[in-house]
Amino acid sequence: MLFKISVSNIRKSLRDYAIYFFTLIIGVAVFYVFNAVGTQAAYLTFKNDSRDIVVLLTTMLSGVSIFVSVVLGLLIVYASRFLIKRRNKEFALYMMLGMGKGRISSILLCETIIIGIGSLAAGLLIGIGLSQVMSALVVNLFDADMSKYKFTVSVPAIRKTIICFIIMYLIVMLFNTFMISKCKLIDLMQSGRKSEKLKIRSPWLCTIIFIISAAALGYAYYSVTHSGLDQKKLIIMIAIGAFSTLMIFWSVAGLLLRVMMSVKKVYFSGLNSFTFRQISSKVNTMVFSMSVICLMLFVTICSLSAAFSVRNSMNRNLRELCSADVEYECTYSADGNKFSYADLEKYSSEAGQDITAELGEYVHFAQYNDPALTFAVFFGDQKDAVKEQFRMLNFDFCEEIYKLSDYNALMELYGRKPISLESGQYAMICDYKNMKQLRDPVLASGQPLSIFGHSLTPSTTECINGSIALSAQHINMGAIIVPDEIVDENAATIDILIGNYSASSEEERDAAEQRVHSAFDNVSEYITSKYGSEYILALTTKEEIRQNAIGLGAILSFVGLYLGLVFLITSAAILALKELSESVDSIPRYTMLRKIGADEKDITRSLFRQTGIFFLLPLILAILHSVFGIKFAVTLLEAFGTEGVLSSVLTTSLIILIIYGGYFLLTFLSSRSIIKEQK
Amino acid sequence: MELLKIENIEKYYGSKSSLTKAINNISFTVDKGEFTAIMGASGSGKTTLLNCISTIDRVTAGHIYLESTDITTLKGKELNKFRRDKLGFIFQDFNLLDTLTAYENISLALSIQKRSTSEIDAAVTKVAEQLGISDVLKKYPYQMSGGQKQRVASARAIVTDPKIVLADEPTGALDSKSAKMLLERFNYLNKEQGATIMMVTHDSFTASYASRVIFIKDGRIFNEIRRGDDSRKVFFDKIIDVVTLLGGDVSDAL
Repeated sequence: MLFKISVSNIRKSLRDYAIYFFTLIIGVAVFYVFNAVGTQAAYLTFKNDSRDIVVLLTTMLSGVSIFVSVVLGLLIVYASRFLIKRRNKEFALYMMLGMGKGRISSILLCETIIIGIGSLAAGLLIGIGLSQVMSALVVNLFDADMSKYKFTVSVPAIRKTIICFIIMYLIVMLFNTFMISKCKLIDLMQSGRKSEKLKIRSPWLCTIIFIISAAALGYAYYSVTHSGLDQKKLIIMIAIGAFSTLMIFWSVAGLLLRVMMSVKKVYFSGLNSFTFRQISSKVNTMVFSMSVICLMLFVTICSLSAAFSVRNSMNRNLRELCSADVEYECTYSADGNKFSYADLEKYSSEAGQDITAELGEYVHFAQYNDPALTFAVFFGDQKDAVKEQFRMLNFDFCEEIYKLSDYNALMELYGRKPISLESGQYAMICDYKNMKQLRDPVLASGQPLSIFGHSLTPSTTECINGSIALSAQHINMGAIIVPDEIVDENAATIDILIGNYSASSEEERDAAEQRVHSAFDNVSEYITSKYGSEYILALTTKEEIRQNAIGLGAILSFVGLYLGLVFLITSAAILALKELSESVDSIPRYTMLRKIGADEKDITRSLFRQTGIFFLLPLILAILHSVFGIKFAVTLLEAFGTEGVLSSVLTTSLIILIIYGGYFLLTFLSSRSIIKEQK
Repeated sequence: MELLKIENIEKYYGSKSSLTKAINNISFTVDKGEFTAIMGASGSGKTTLLNCISTIDRVTAGHIYLESTDITTLKGKELNKFRRDKLGFIFQDFNLLDTLTAYENISLALSIQKRSTSEIDAAVTKVAEQLGISDVLKKYPYQMSGGQKQRVASARAIVTDPKIVLADEPTGALDSKSAKMLLERFNYLNKEQGATIMMVTHDSFTASYASRVIFIKDGRIFNEIRRGDDSRKVFFDKIIDVVTLLGGDVSDAL
């Protein structure tokens, strides 16, 4: 009996449930897809150390999944509370007929179970299908081999999805039972009698609050993009932003209608007065939800754009910054001030290895330090200002110094432009944007710098863009290039050898890479055994950097996509649910409009406008937030390189257009069928 | 002058096995400026008749002419246009939009006719005066009494200057004082403004305000009386007589 009531209830309120069901299915599918990445990857063949990154990625994604399940859980609780509210009258009838609250709870329980099982099954099926597509993405990101791939179903991911969602559904059941046990019959009966009391807010108060919150937002935008922020200040700015968002929606809800009403020509034309009233009553009842949705959309836009742009620019950086195949470095690390120069080639021949064997061309040079030339000395009286911005910077650190001839030889190897210096001049090479900004004023002042006892003036008024070591990012904090003759050979600290493989074909290069690694291991072992662990030999190869960069990019893209998608679905679903239930409530209004002769075309247009504005409002503010959010992210992610922001923003827009727009269209179409004349 | 002509209309519901003849061959005409009441018990077919005239429902057979247009042949857009321009509706449950103020509710009927703002303002102000609701124009439906709501609904119905105003149990949800006030207004609109009104009711008192009453029983016209020069009191007694004649079937309508 209970089961029968539940089934017929679901069938009856299918319109309301459709979007809820749809959202649950997408939620389950997304959850499965991202948790299945680990298992999927097991069937792919990876190069070298990508495997470790996949493991890291899997761990990372399961961590994020906890957060995601909380978000989805909240959505489900919200949606079910919403659906219950809509059915108060039905419950009142049950209670009038003498049904106990326990029985009503069991009806709801039954419904939740049916919907839960249905959505889990459908979601998992879709998820399993989508995860095959995901594998293709993994292959694409990690350059893996797909030949051994077959159709996979991840049992652990299924188990995890089922457990997570069962927990969510259990919470919903508890929540429903609580809601039912709390309510009184009289309230249930009267809930249907809608008194559309529009909260009339004082327009002056609204205007004042609007201006204040707009100003507060402007301030937050400005501080985020224009001044260095520490964590505490950033949190304050975020709080200000969130609160102003809430206040803006609150005041807009009050003002929107008034503004529209003042334009009498527009307001009293066609169904406009009806349309605006509908919108304003929706916005009025949803101030808080709208703000939350707006912030979620903001997070979505930022996380998606940041993820894509980091990935894009990493690929680009690799091409630009890794201009050679191999870099050896030999450092003496015991005491920063007591240098002990180590010669790579000497040690490797002692160890019976020829580390240059695989290299077609290479440059062998040294980095020098002048103990008297530290960051603190370079910045001089501007030290405090710099300290304000770079709290982590160690000012006792020695500046890197290179010989002009070495630098130009390296640039020739890299295929970049050489530089020339007159005697009595030095050049500053730097590509870390934030550091460059600090160094430029010092260079511009033309102040002489004492290097190895010689007084040198800067050759340029700003840093020369460039880098020495192989890297995936713009992280060269600064390298000083000086004329050869002033360098004190005893001040050499690091021995560096950078070169290219002589091999040209893909397989030969892979083989060379292997041999270089084993030669390195032998030499490294020899040095440690013979000279102690103060001497550190380091090997960096382009291939390694590439793998790491791709891995980092992939992790960021995956986490960004995951969070972004979940937030996007959640916010769109809340809007859709609200809009649909409003449509159900408004059926009599549309019937009346038809009776007094409104055209079907006008009614459809009115509905389209209502749905459109309802979906657009939070999106507009979110986009505005994001403009500044992304600007901030750009400065934060400077080290990764953020050149690809534009194309990432485009990709993000496309994703949002598809999902958010899809929800909008779905909502509009089902609203239209709801209000369609029933014959 | 003949305004509305109803010719042998029939309306059947259900399938062949269980056929309900809601309207079984009804014909009559309504002249311009007439105030007609249609009376009958629940299920006699009076609301179906009104729905057919108002194009909300379709007839199974027969024709309805308003002026010279056969409204049973209208379709889709023409129907909406016809309803919008030629008819005014008043419902038992007011059917006001609860999100709009009285002013906006009344103006909506004009704005969907795409009238200009200044025209709308003038028309609404005028009709509000006629119906005595000038002071509630800024209020929302939930802030008004039932009588006020029904007068606002009436204002919406007549503001477009329709050929005929159709009212379905307009006093059904009103207390006797409000009902009387509304009917006085109807009378005023009919006598002074020349509005043609057709009203469905099962209440003899309400019907006594009309100039003519048509009684319907089981989908057919049972009787018809005209007020002529009688006072409302006398007319009321005549109606009661007919209702008594209608017998037990209609007693529940009193």
